[in-house]
Formats: sequence, C-alpha cells, structure tokens
Amino acid sequence: MTPYSPSELMAVNAARLLTDGKVVFVGVGLPNLACNLALRTHAPNLTLIYEAGVIGARPERLPLSIGDPTLVTGAAAVAGMYDIFALYLQRGLVDVGFLGGAQISRTGDINATVIGDYAGPRTRLPGSGGSMEIAAWAKQCFIITPHQKRRFPDKVDFQTSLGHGPARRALPGRGPQAVVTDLGILRPDASGELVLVALHPAATLEEAQANTGWPLQSAPDLAATAPPTADELALLRALDPDRIYLK
Amino acid sequence: MSKLSTLPAAIAAHVHDGDTLYLAGFTHLIPFAAAHEIIRQRRKDLTLARATPDIIYDQMAAAGCARKIIFSYMGNPGVGSLHVLRRLVESGALEWEEYSHFGMITRLAAAAAGLPFLPMRPTGASDLANVNPAYRRIPDPYGGEDVVVLPALHPDVAILHVQRADENGNAHLWGILGEQKEAAFAARRVILTAEEIVSEDVIRRDPNRTLIPGLVVSAVCHVPHAAHPSYAQGYYDRDNAFYLEWDALSQDEARLQEWLDQWVYALPDRAAYWDKLGPEVHARLTPSPRPSGEVDYGGYA
Repeated sequence: MTPYSPSELMAVNAARLLTDGKVVFVGVGLPNLACNLALRTHAPNLTLIYEAGVIGARPERLPLSIGDPTLVTGAAAVAGMYDIFALYLQRGLVDVGFLGGAQISRTGDINATVIGDYAGPRTRLPGSGGSMEIAAWAKQCFIITPHQKRRFPDKVDFQTSLGHGPARRALPGRGPQAVVTDLGILRPDASGELVLVALHPAATLEEAQANTGWPLQSAPDLAATAPPTADELALLRALDPDRIYLK
Repeated sequence: MSKLSTLPAAIAAHVHDGDTLYLAGFTHLIPFAAAHEIIRQRRKDLTLARATPDIIYDQMAAAGCARKIIFSYMGNPGVGSLHVLRRLVESGALEWEEYSHFGMITRLAAAAAGLPFLPMRPTGASDLANVNPAYRRIPDPYGGEDVVVLPALHPDVAILHVQRADENGNAHLWGILGEQKEAAFAARRVILTAEEIVSEDVIRRDPNRTLIPGLVVSAVCHVPHAAHPSYAQGYYDRDNAFYLEWDALSQDEARLQEWLDQWVYALPDRAAYWDKLGPEVHARLTPSPRPSGEVDYGGYA
C-alpha cells in the first residue's frame, strides 16, 4: 500500500462521492482536487462550475485562486457573477456544492463568518462568499474538513449557512449530505444529526468521538472506506505537484 | 467625444474624500494601478465596496484611505486572511457591512437596472439577516413563497480595468467577467484603465465583446499592466507568488509601510512599478498564445 497524507485521504474519498454526469459547484483547495480527480477516474462527464463564472472548466494547472486564468482557457462557457448565482445556482441547475468553514455543527450548520461576538469579533473569518446560497440551493452539499473538536462544536457561533432543521423543508436543496474528514465520513440521520457512517483505515470510533464536540453516534452498519489506490494517489499528486493543498 | 485622460487627472477629477468606491473585478482585472494613484493622492474616509476586498483594499486600508468596507468574502483568495482589514475590523477601527456574494451582486444588479431593490430566494440561514437590517423578507405579490430583498447599491465611482478600449470608452473584456458590467452601470461615475487603447474600428469589428459601452464611462486611461498582482487574461498571469508574499508582509506593520513607501509613494506611475518588478517577473507572468477562432459578422451593405 502506498503511504498517503490526511489531505490525500480526504480528497480521494470526496472524489469517490461524485457520480458521473453531475453538475458540481467547485471551490479551490481540496474540493478542486477532488473534482479533478473524479473527472480523471470514474466521472469523466462531470461539469465543473467555478463561482467566478466558469462553466465546464478544464484547468491545465492547479488553480491557486477561484478566479485563475487556467479555468477560462478551454472552458465551455464564461458568465458574469450575477448569472452564475442566479441562472445556474438559484435556478436549480447545480447537483453538488462543496462547502467549508471554521465550524460545522451537529446538524450541519456552517460558520465561515466569525468566532465570538459578531459586533466585537474575537476572530474575524472571511465570511459567506457563495456558501449561504450554495448550501440552500445546490441539490446536495459535501464538506471536506479535518476532524478536530474545535471544528465540530454542538452549535456554531454564527450560522453562515443552514444545515438541517425546520427551515430546510422550504428549500430546494437537501443540504450537507456528507462530511469527509481525515477519520471517516459523516452523514445526516433522519433527524438531521450528523452521524459517523464510515471509518478510514486505522481510524477508530473512539478517536472520532474524542474529536467531536457532541456525543457522536455511529450508524448501525458502520462501514470501512477502502484505502486510496496507487492510481488515485498518482493522479492526485500530479494535480498538485508542489503539494500546496496535499499537506 | 474622446474621454482619454491620464490616470492622475481622472482620479483627481472623479474620486473625492468620503466617496463610495467599487473597484471591480473578481480575481481578474483588479484595478491596482488606480488604487495606488488614489493612495498617492491621499484620499480618505472612503467607503470601499467589493465582493472580495482582495489585497487591493488591504493596501488602501493600510494607507489610511478607508472609513468603511462593504464586502461578501474578506479573504486573500487561495491563501488565507486579509490581515490589514481583519486587524482593523477586530480592533473596531473600521466600519463594515456584510453580504453573501449573491446579495452583494444583487445590490449592484438592482442599481444597474435602475430598480430600488431586487428579490432573491430565501436561504434559510438567518444570522446575516439578523446582523444586517438591509436584508428584508417580503411576500410574493403573486402568491408564491416569500422572497428576500436587498436595496440597490449605487457607488459614487466604479473603477474597472479592461483589456482594450477605444477613446470613447467602449471596452472589450474577456475571461472572468465578475461584476464588471453591473458595477459600471450601477455607479454615478466610471473610470476605465485599459491595457490597450485601440481604434474605434477594432471595437466595432467585434461588438459582442463590448461589455462596457462608452455611454456610461466618464474617463478612459491607457495603463498597461494596471492589474498586477491580479491579471489580464491573455496579457499576463496572476502573480500568485505575490499573493502568498502579502500574507507575511501584511502581518508586519513596519514591512507593510516600507512596502507602501517603495511600491506606491516612491513611484510616479504604473510604468515605473512594472519596471521595478523586473524582467524575471515579466517572463514568469507571460502566458503562451491561445487565440480564439474568429466569427464572421457578415457585411450587409
């Protein structure tokens, strides 16, 4: 077995969640790597939409930012920002959105805005960007984040985007349907609470519970993910040769 | 009528203390040269609006130009925090007003269309609406679900960098278009900087590529390389190394002021800035050619 890093493990498992033919709203970093890995393995017909306004991107190098020129050259279409959010996302054309944030709550709310009080912030984070609308309107969302207690509080300090709860029923999207961490995969149960459904090789339930800020439940049929294959790792490393995101 | 101007004259004529500015461009075509000229002319008390403040507003805030910031994603794209803005917000030294990307662009689109507000579908996330009273929820007058509305945002001045323009201000842009069109139509005054000033014939041969009509433009300035460390598609690459360098530089007040002295105050214009970057940087940022195919508009005499 080829050794791999926690970021590689997360990117490979996120890529496996993408089914062929879907329309994916892509962010930079690990989501971008996961989408481009899926495109080169089991999902050659993914349509990648970048929020900067690029549809059907075929990047020839790793984009550092969401607005990298490599996303434009060779793309199927380019649209303004209003069109991307209104005609593509709000209109309901996006199947999968990727989200990230400093905190993810028990019910999948995400905080990307502030730690502490909003008016007198202890740590000011970048804010919503596209995530408020992606979480609401993409048919489903995936989250990639390291499994750390501070990242998984019972409740978030600020609800930048909605997870599960009564307000979800009025929305077109089903919200966060998978959280890929470096220990395993969480999915919402029938009540909307995130539960552990799979463990990565060498990770344990106790380790996952110790790194979660609420009493983490596990699914009755707790699965084990297959280790990343040599092919997956080779393709992934070719996408990020300088290991900017694959730390 | 020619709207050609030098950049210092355009800034002096159109940008005043206390104005609300929108320096447009989503990662692409960010008008850094204009920002540096505003810093050199020591404008102050500005309200700086941008979906992504980027390091252009970090620099303007570091130079003391800003009273308030209006934004939807205050990060260094692909890198991390915008440390100057973050410090000022965390210490209470800068006012701020916050939206999501779609909220921000919807405000511009409303203003651009001459509407008081525009509706959006609800998102179910309540905290931003709780802290920003501009977010309102109203019934659909036709009996559907409630909609969320935000008021039009009318900047006093929008500044855009474009690939090419004629002297009337008709401008061709390609690549990522961001909120350029909405910002130009929403603003009371519009300044363009352009990589190239071309003849009217070049514009008229490809009118579908004209995103900004001269009709809404107040001044057009010939400023090659005006977007560095951002980029101009087909002209020069984004200087990702500088975005990474800014992360460390902007956390050290002494280095920050030294950078402003050497790269803004000490330089007369963008040509001197580009020279100072040197041939190695120029070479590193030069893309290979990838021209589009031509279309035939046809002649109908």
